[in-house]
Amino acid sequence: MILRGRCWVFGDQIDTDVLAPGPYMRKPLPELAQHCLEAVDPQFAKQVRQGDIVIGGIGFGIGSSREQAVQALALLGVAAVVARSFARIFFRNAINLGLPALACPQIRATTGDEVELRPIEGLVINHSQRTRFDCDPIPAQLLAVVAAGGLMPWLELRLQAQRGG
Amino acid sequence: MAAPATLAEKILARASGSASVRPGQIVTCAVDLLMMHDSGGPRRVAARLQQLGAKVWDPDKIVVVSDHFVPATDLDGAEILALTRRWAREQGVRHYDGIGICHVVLQEHGHVQPGMFCVGGDSHSPSGGAMGAWMVGVGATEVTGVLVTGEIWIKVPQSARIECTGALGAGVSAKDIMLHLCARLGMNNDALVFEYAGAAVRAMSMAERLVLCNMSAELGCETGIVEPDALTLQALAAAGRPFDGQLSRWRSDADAAFAATHVVDAAALVPQVAAPHSPANSAGIDQIERDIRIDQAYIGACTGAKLSDLQMAASVLKGRKVAAGTRLLIAPASTAMTAMAAADGTLEILTAAGAILLPSGCGACAGMGAGMLAAGEICIASTARNFKGRMGSAQAAVWLGSPYTVAASAVRGAISDPRELLA
Repeated sequence: MILRGRCWVFGDQIDTDVLAPGPYMRKPLPELAQHCLEAVDPQFAKQVRQGDIVIGGIGFGIGSSREQAVQALALLGVAAVVARSFARIFFRNAINLGLPALACPQIRATTGDEVELRPIEGLVINHSQRTRFDCDPIPAQLLAVVAAGGLMPWLELRLQAQRGG
Repeated sequence: MAAPATLAEKILARASGSASVRPGQIVTCAVDLLMMHDSGGPRRVAARLQQLGAKVWDPDKIVVVSDHFVPATDLDGAEILALTRRWAREQGVRHYDGIGICHVVLQEHGHVQPGMFCVGGDSHSPSGGAMGAWMVGVGATEVTGVLVTGEIWIKVPQSARIECTGALGAGVSAKDIMLHLCARLGMNNDALVFEYAGAAVRAMSMAERLVLCNMSAELGCETGIVEPDALTLQALAAAGRPFDGQLSRWRSDADAAFAATHVVDAAALVPQVAAPHSPANSAGIDQIERDIRIDQAYIGACTGAKLSDLQMAASVLKGRKVAAGTRLLIAPASTAMTAMAAADGTLEILTAAGAILLPSGCGACAGMGAGMLAAGEICIASTARNFKGRMGSAQAAVWLGSPYTVAASAVRGAISDPRELLA
């Protein structure tokens, strides 16, 4: 699994209210997603493209358990999130929804850089700046979920196995 | 003889069917209680269960609480609530419908008990730790996983102790301890579970212990927990679900390994306020500039609108009026607490001061009900979070404080030290 794309770089503590603002939470996801990150970058939702990669600082996704924080990014086309560190529920949600989330404590990048992610090797390459960074490997016990594409496909496989199908 | 273990480790060992667990290990635990609400619950899991063709693993271990979109303020919310009701009925699970905020309702009704392993579809689920249980928050897909399998994986965190020594002064509360800790420890304490201990914690009501564990979410840790004691048992008996286990089993061994011990001198703690837009921007009220004018004071949420919170506000507001040009909104955390506040005279003090009463629910704290903020407005709230845009406009500014501090600020029309009014 190798992902390569243009990146959007944000600071520390990008919280779930910034990713999925409360006042739009009752709205359908496509409408909510249009407000994703608008409090810190009003142009993000309009300009992000399929395959782009979001890079955050410390504590990315802190706050609520709302999965729309992950789903809004995915719906807008974001292919993966890299951050210096993740809030625990956001990280679990990302894995469960099949959005690669890589904790990369040393990552350095500028919005617009071309970056490449190798989640299995635990490596991030910034092609624009010709730099490479190690990232935390996904815990072995979770690889089955990641390999299945998220928790729902993993549950389907498990139920199929139980039904002997 | 088993190796010494912390309270959290003992619960994880029991729930994972192991003799012991060690920090860093990933264990699969059997869930004793799953809580979900109207925002992240049936609305988001019903279709997934259908897609899987799966049934819930155990209806008796599931509690649904409608608290986010209650009462409905638009058609979207009304449909979500209707779906939630239908699903709960079909599945035969317990449903508390619009009578209070999930974490508070679980405590009021005694669902969370010492030693239990609980999961909630809400980030403030660590609140359950107040009862001496393990409780963590997860998202809706993971809730689906628990609904189907009755299990969840946990990476065993190290335990760290928060030792609150001495006694809190007048006008200072559990909320002030947590705001202080957010500033001191930051919001990225991953891979830790905080055990709150010390004389100040022992002296706290269950409602105040709930605040400690509740705002563990803001510390960014795995969860928070308090050793259960006689007060815990009293609360469970009063809720009609007396604890029939062995209390002494659920405490950290004297020689258990803690990653750190942080001492909070409760007696020296002054009221704390968090500046916009993060709970980590907290400082003693004597450290901030004076005369920060406010448009709105909000007493609400699981963190700050329980009966004891209403009583704190009343102790400040008694015989006083909300300042002209400022509005004080109060959304009690449950309807039962509203009734108790009516019976003991608290409500009369609040309404005589000019407070506007709102329905019980998550409301404006989650940017969902009455009490949203316009661009340029300034609010002080007894809630847990002041992230940008959370309570309405991204151009609004939210400060956090205890119910005492919010009430004092409402009286003065500016962020104020409650001790000046309590003296």
